Amino acid sequence: MEYFSIIFQEVYKILFLLIPVLVSVAMIVWLDRRVWAFVQKRQGPNVVGPFGLLQSLADALKYIFKELIIPASSNKVIFILAPIITMTLALIAWAVIPFSETQVIANINVGILYLFAVSSLGVYGIIMGGWASNSKYPFLGAIRSAAQMVSYEVSIGIIIINVLLCVGSLNLNEIVLAQKNLWFVIPLFPMFVIFFISALAETNRPPFDLPEAEAELVAGYQTEYSGMMYAMFWLGEYANILLMCAMGSILFLGGWLSPIDLFPFNLVPGALWLIFKILFLFILFALVKAIVPRYRYDQLMRLGWKIFLPFSLIWVVLTASYLFYFNLLPVN
Amino acid sequence: MKLSRFLKTIFMIDFISGLIIAIKELFKPKKTINYPFEKGKISPRFRGEHALRRYPNGEERCIACKLCEAVCPAQAITIESTESSDGSRKTTRYDIDMMKCIYCGLCEESCPVDAIVQGPNFEFSTETREELYYTKEKLLDNGDRWENVLAANIKADNPYR
Repeated sequence: MEYFSIIFQEVYKILFLLIPVLVSVAMIVWLDRRVWAFVQKRQGPNVVGPFGLLQSLADALKYIFKELIIPASSNKVIFILAPIITMTLALIAWAVIPFSETQVIANINVGILYLFAVSSLGVYGIIMGGWASNSKYPFLGAIRSAAQMVSYEVSIGIIIINVLLCVGSLNLNEIVLAQKNLWFVIPLFPMFVIFFISALAETNRPPFDLPEAEAELVAGYQTEYSGMMYAMFWLGEYANILLMCAMGSILFLGGWLSPIDLFPFNLVPGALWLIFKILFLFILFALVKAIVPRYRYDQLMRLGWKIFLPFSLIWVVLTASYLFYFNLLPVN
Repeated sequence: MKLSRFLKTIFMIDFISGLIIAIKELFKPKKTINYPFEKGKISPRFRGEHALRRYPNGEERCIACKLCEAVCPAQAITIESTESSDGSRKTTRYDIDMMKCIYCGLCEESCPVDAIVQGPNFEFSTETREELYYTKEKLLDNGDRWENVLAANIKADNPYR
């Protein structure tokens, strides 16, 4: 009976996190399209519901009623598994995101490592989808995507090391609390910029949306997918983008901390601050989508391996030596 | 690589200026309209759905001269005529196949009595092909419905003809 109540409590907590995440994914798709349209002086989706807010819901409904087409020559098990894996991986990472000091499902010691591991696993869904489709465009898209995500994960990992050097802990709550006096975006600004760009590449957003470059690859790894499976890829992709925004705001923008510890600001609950920060980063994502042209594949690889990787490595050395020289190293 | 170019790349000057432009554009008025609710302005010369007009006393303008039938490059118009009770020549049949029609406006140009005209209506899509074979009744009905607009458009365009 006690087990039952514990399980019930946990499920309740998980649902309380996942349903808002899924709803906000739908809203964020709307926001993305709307910002994109506004920059191009279009109206964007504005018919379904107030300001078109229910557009994503209408799209989801449409996807549900569409036929699921499974190519005859595909590997059916993997073909069906791929979108499920993409979406699951995008959602389980939210377990460690702290919305305030206590509001976190799993306050584990190696939270950032878990987050990094799960976001790295995301590439499996794409590779499986591309390979199981047994068709040339999905295959090429998956290969590109795998290469791209692996390359940029390296620099993201080193950027995370930069932050961890200043914190001295892998616990996400402690990373946030370490920014009480100064958000890491100020001392580590170049790292924040590189993290942002790497996050764009990691989530296959423009200008790094090579895996789904329409002109060359139809829709990349999603080409053979239809109906709900396609929608799940989409959901996973946008949940991943949100996750990257959350990661950015926890690592650099002080997570659930209010910008100033003054009277009107510290009354606002921490969860709201985190949501504001995620939204800010996401609007930047959407603006970047509207203004940049797509990178060529070799340029993408050059940027990842020849510029970001050495630069962030040098910055690790700089941060470490600065902290060591001024005896600021956080020692536990 | 020039130093200035290098600094530009390092500090992402191009990217930031692009971002500033994007943020400025974000708040500018939109160039597109909410189509089914708002519509763009249409020129008086617009060649949309056809209509057969009448004189103010209700008499059909068409004199069955068949100039439009002759000039129609898509051969979309079919006319049959007979002598009416007052001795004038009138149409018994005036069909336009709206799917053959290329909306070139030559029928309107050729008409000596401004009977066949192309109005401003472009939203006449149908669910079946049959509905797009326009008969004389349908065309006259169109003319009655749009007469005010058609007369105004013909008047507005008159100086240029």
